[in-house]
Amino acid sequence: MFGYSFGDLSAIFAMQAFDGLILFSVFILMSLGLAIIFGQMGVINMAHGEFMIMGAYVTYLCSNVFHHYLLGLYPIYFFVAMLLAFFAAGTAGMLAEWALIRHLYRRPLDTLLATWGLSLFLQQCYRSIFGAREVGVDLPNWMMGAVHAGDTIEIPINGLFVMGLTVVITIAVFVLLYRSSWGKKVRAVMQNRVMAGAIGINTEKVDRLTFGIGCGIAGIAGSAFTMIGSTNPSAGQLYIVNTFLIVVFGGAQSLIGTIASAFVISQAQSTAEFFLTGSMATVLVLLSVVGILMLRPQGLFVLKIRR
Amino acid sequence: MSANNGRSHLPSALRRRLLLGMAALPAAALLPRPVFADIPPTSAVNTTGLAVTDDSVTIGILHSITGTMAISETGSVEAEKLAISQINAKGGVLGRQIKFIQEDGASDWPTFAEKARKLLVSDKVAAVMGCWTSASRKAVLPVFEQYKGILYYPTFYEGLEESHDVFYEGQEATQQIIAGLNWIADTKKAKTFYLLGSDYIWPRTSNKIARKHIEDHLHLEVVGEDYFPLGNTEFNSVINKIKLKKPDVIYAIIVGGSNVAFYKQLKAAGVDMVNKQTLLTISVTEDEIRGIGGENIVGAYAAMKYFQSIDTPTNRAFVDAFKKMWGPQSVIGDVTQAAYEGPWLWSLECEKAGSFDTEKVIAAAPGTVFNAPEGPVKVHENHHLWSKLRIGRARADGQYDIVYVTPEDIEPNPFPKGYQ
Repeated sequence: MFGYSFGDLSAIFAMQAFDGLILFSVFILMSLGLAIIFGQMGVINMAHGEFMIMGAYVTYLCSNVFHHYLLGLYPIYFFVAMLLAFFAAGTAGMLAEWALIRHLYRRPLDTLLATWGLSLFLQQCYRSIFGAREVGVDLPNWMMGAVHAGDTIEIPINGLFVMGLTVVITIAVFVLLYRSSWGKKVRAVMQNRVMAGAIGINTEKVDRLTFGIGCGIAGIAGSAFTMIGSTNPSAGQLYIVNTFLIVVFGGAQSLIGTIASAFVISQAQSTAEFFLTGSMATVLVLLSVVGILMLRPQGLFVLKIRR
Repeated sequence: MSANNGRSHLPSALRRRLLLGMAALPAAALLPRPVFADIPPTSAVNTTGLAVTDDSVTIGILHSITGTMAISETGSVEAEKLAISQINAKGGVLGRQIKFIQEDGASDWPTFAEKARKLLVSDKVAAVMGCWTSASRKAVLPVFEQYKGILYYPTFYEGLEESHDVFYEGQEATQQIIAGLNWIADTKKAKTFYLLGSDYIWPRTSNKIARKHIEDHLHLEVVGEDYFPLGNTEFNSVINKIKLKKPDVIYAIIVGGSNVAFYKQLKAAGVDMVNKQTLLTISVTEDEIRGIGGENIVGAYAAMKYFQSIDTPTNRAFVDAFKKMWGPQSVIGDVTQAAYEGPWLWSLECEKAGSFDTEKVIAAAPGTVFNAPEGPVKVHENHHLWSKLRIGRARADGQYDIVYVTPEDIEPNPFPKGYQ
């Protein structure tokens, strides 16, 4: 089949499966933050990519600081960087929510415009502070290279790292949303804001914290992406379209839906890319998503709530 | 005359000398003064209403300083500004200081066309140093041909173009692609090639030319060909394909920011360019390596006409001047050096033509020679440059070791027979 031997084919499948999983993890990281914000709060955050890049730039700064002052601790700088990225992006998100978004909850189209403006503002901030060109983020040595599982199968280490990170964050988000009291408040506010306010939940605080956590997760995602992509002021734009696609396709208010749709799209993309060219694969995947959304506009998974 | 009629008359000898001296004054005024004679009047050098005054001439700079191409084009802007400041320090062009108006193409081709129109029509610049991708050049070409402007285009490209209004400072396909492929097939005894590129006109046309050369002239095999949109960051699938096909040479024409993702992922996938896999690229200069990180691309070969590590006095002086102006961390890639040639070539052509009028400058251009950092370059009648090709191998510090130089300059041939 296609001129490959059986050994080769099984190696192809193994590597493609892993690459699909890595892409899947990347997509989940990108969209989990947006799923929380868009799904739970109905806010269309066009600046989501820029919060990711904020995380990437924080990682860049961390890398430089550790390189110059704390060279002995360099191997663990990445974890420190991710933590800082979470807090930096989260704080920025809460600030944005307080200053801008909270005035626009009843006007979803205006949040679209306002967050678009925020994204342009953030892009120019990065351009002015860091310059318009790419910045290179150096990885610690243990993160470079690949793991050899057999003769022809090679799994990149940073891919494994991203997968591990995704699992940890997804579990954390689920525990937070479904097992903590904050999560209960968030779900209450999402289902019926007025009643939630009436029983004494401080809806403003809940919204702010939710937005902050969503942006914080975006920051972690951006930090992880310094390993696989480039970091420049307009890199956020490359991710935002795919992120929205995944969130909407999965059903805006369901986190399981986001995960399912990330899986479907990533596998479809990575398989199609193998047999066709990159551009054609994207065309095929996007056409299918459009088709499915036309048949089922609410997305894959729908929350059953009484309206 | 020797009679002394009182104090009001000067002694006769002194009077004679005085009269002679006064007679000489008008003669002195008629002597040509060096300052005035070398500055032709504006009416003589500018008959088409360009932005020229008695002491200044304005040109345009049109590159992307934002977007995915910023990584590549920022260097060109810096080089052009360095050239302009050096020309001004020497006295300018036709006695006039060069001023420039800079516009941002924003990595968006329609924006390039719009800004080009603005520079030519509203600002009336005498020439434009601009563009980088072939897509941007194709977008502005109709504007330059309609408004009779001159464009100095710095990037190596696919050829198949010869516009009356454009000067191509970069190499075209036969100079860069064919000579590079010949070298690598010869030295590495390569039999199979995998072609990769970003998805727009330059990589596609270049790979078409490369494929023709590999299959029809070298009688070797192309085992795969793949394209990705500009700005794409996911290359794992194609890297798997490459590992499976095991080509002798990966021929990569990935452009702009995507290079960062591609080489990082290539390294992460365990592809060893130092010992096992040969990769030849024509789209990664020292500028892109700044973003990629030298350790991710070490061992790759690049086919360019210029590398920062060229060891000649002219190049060393150029690198020093560049670093003095733009910082000690600056790097200079092939296109950056070619962009540096732009204002110099234009100023030499204007001096030769004795005018800023675009038609006169274009007519005077062929045969102009400039002592560039890469070596002396000459303008061909087809508006390209004679130049050598060099092959470099990437080092971990972001510079290239030059492993081969063509012994002679290669004549530019944008319409090679048998490649179309």
